[in-house]
Amino acid sequence: MNKDPLLVIKDITKDYSTGSVVTSALKGVNFEVYDGDFIAIMGHSGSGKSTMLHIIGFLDTPTSGTYLFDGIDTTKLTEDDLADIRNKKLGFVFQAYNLLPRTSALDNVRMPMIYAGVDEKIQFEKATKALEAVGLSHRMKNHPNELSGGEQQRVAIARALINNPRLILADEPTGNLDSKSTEEIMGIFDELHRKGHTIIIVTHEDNVSDHAEQIVKMKDGLVFQHHISEKHEHIAHNKAGN
Amino acid sequence: MNILLTIRLAIKGLLANKIRAFLTILGIIIGVAGIILIVSVGNGAESLIVNQIKSVGSNLIGILPGGREEGEPPAAAFGIIITTLKEDDIKALKEIPHVTAVTGYAKSVTQVLFRNKKVESTVTGTTSEYPEVEDAKLANGRYFNDLDENSVAKVAILGSKIKQDLFDDTNPVGENIKIKNETFKVIGYMEERGASGFSNNDSLVFIPLKTMQKIILGTNHVSMGRVKVDDASHMDETVDTVIRILRTRHGIDNPKDDDFTVASQEQGLQILTSVTGSIKILLTAIAAIALIVGGIGIMNVMFIAVTERTHEIGLRKAIGAKQKDILRQFLIEAISITSLGGIIGILIGTVISALIAFVIQTLGYKWDLIVTPDSIIIAAGVIVGIGIVFGYAPAKKASLLSPINALRYE
Repeated sequence: MNKDPLLVIKDITKDYSTGSVVTSALKGVNFEVYDGDFIAIMGHSGSGKSTMLHIIGFLDTPTSGTYLFDGIDTTKLTEDDLADIRNKKLGFVFQAYNLLPRTSALDNVRMPMIYAGVDEKIQFEKATKALEAVGLSHRMKNHPNELSGGEQQRVAIARALINNPRLILADEPTGNLDSKSTEEIMGIFDELHRKGHTIIIVTHEDNVSDHAEQIVKMKDGLVFQHHISEKHEHIAHNKAGN
Repeated sequence: MNILLTIRLAIKGLLANKIRAFLTILGIIIGVAGIILIVSVGNGAESLIVNQIKSVGSNLIGILPGGREEGEPPAAAFGIIITTLKEDDIKALKEIPHVTAVTGYAKSVTQVLFRNKKVESTVTGTTSEYPEVEDAKLANGRYFNDLDENSVAKVAILGSKIKQDLFDDTNPVGENIKIKNETFKVIGYMEERGASGFSNNDSLVFIPLKTMQKIILGTNHVSMGRVKVDDASHMDETVDTVIRILRTRHGIDNPKDDDFTVASQEQGLQILTSVTGSIKILLTAIAAIALIVGGIGIMNVMFIAVTERTHEIGLRKAIGAKQKDILRQFLIEAISITSLGGIIGILIGTVISALIAFVIQTLGYKWDLIVTPDSIIIAAGVIVGIGIVFGYAPAKKASLLSPINALRYE
């Protein structure tokens, strides 16, 4: 595949200042992601991996450096332009699920379409299909507090996918789940990857990163290793052999 | 963002914390109910006064003691006692062409006794032409004449209600009653005239003006005079003549020094309306203060809501909500809360207005229940306005939160 990268990150730094003390969370990160990639960003807490994900997802802005997304220099975009990108081109999955309380699973999944201005009838059709796809057709009317952790995370994945994003970002998506639910959720990510979705997962668990194609290891605000995961190396090797 | 869904979520959020919701909207309820009540009671009272004045007739000229500034009601309208107007001043007006009858008034609220029965009444001293001036008719007996007046006779004519209270269905003519320990002979009683306005003419007891002044009050002034004109078309010229005569009698050259006020019923109506109007403005100001305090309560709760829901705001921004979406969401919530309070306030205000109207009507007054669409529309507009004004700052704060800081907030 000799295509242009989906996103290019160059010399990104991020400083936080609390009073007079300045902490550097990122110290010049370089990074490229292509369509169809499945990347796990790993590192200890404080390594900068979450900050990295937030900047990639336009939830946070870098202190310096350039970030090209889909060929556009995003450092000059307005807050509303960024909201538009988050809405239409990105899908987020969080560790704490982040569903709206007192709101049904169906309405939670509809939410990004509401902000995108999608016709209401289509909203219901698409949200219903999306929930069926993650195996929750029997839970559409339930509120988040009536769902298990695994079910809530599946609602969150359905919500992340609803506007057909170019990139899915997941921040410790299995951090609050038991091993069975973790396998279910990672199964969904595998399937999304097979269908050609681009995915970036932040995790510190090997059994999660094993599902990814590439592993980016971060330490002290820098990328110190970027390699093909062992499992996929094996697969890639086999493919090359054929 | 879908407005209906936002309103539904706002109300769900409200119901999740019922006590807080109730306290929040209490200020709005009180303010709105107050506005509805004030407008309704104000209009009702105004209709009462206007009805009374109209029932007295439009070809009457009233003379009150004390001058007045342009556009202001005379001092006597506020109950200030001024002694510059005398009975002779009123009697002199009888000589004016087109004037058919004149009378002066002096009043005292006191107890009237017949044997062991006691009633409170406004005892009114008038002259023999009173029945003609006010179109009052006697049911039985006679009114007092000039002879009774000049001899300071202790005779009385009863209003129909007083007659009923003291004598039931028996004939009072010839009986003796006591007014301020003085014995008066009843020489007649009035036909029922109907209650209109604040003073019920059927609850009055009439005695000769001189008797009132000398025996009951110990004064020599009148509190009011009335002149009846033969036709409404002669009103303006007669008013001018009345003023001229009174100035001559009081030796006044400069109109600014007038120690009396002359007004046709039409002008009197305007003066009274200006009095009720200023009372209404005052009460409305009080209701407005209640609404502002209520609005500050809404603002406070909305700020708390923004803080409590910072995480939710972050999430909404993460999935694509723009600043204007968040601003609109919180504004709609503020408007929903105030509207809920407003609707309850309109209902309570209307119910209390209806109760007041019912009680006053039961007492026999012509009081209309007036809850106009205007007052409801004004109240509704004010409610939405308060929601916007006091909801804006919290909503703006919410809309400006950075997505990641909001998401990190626990």
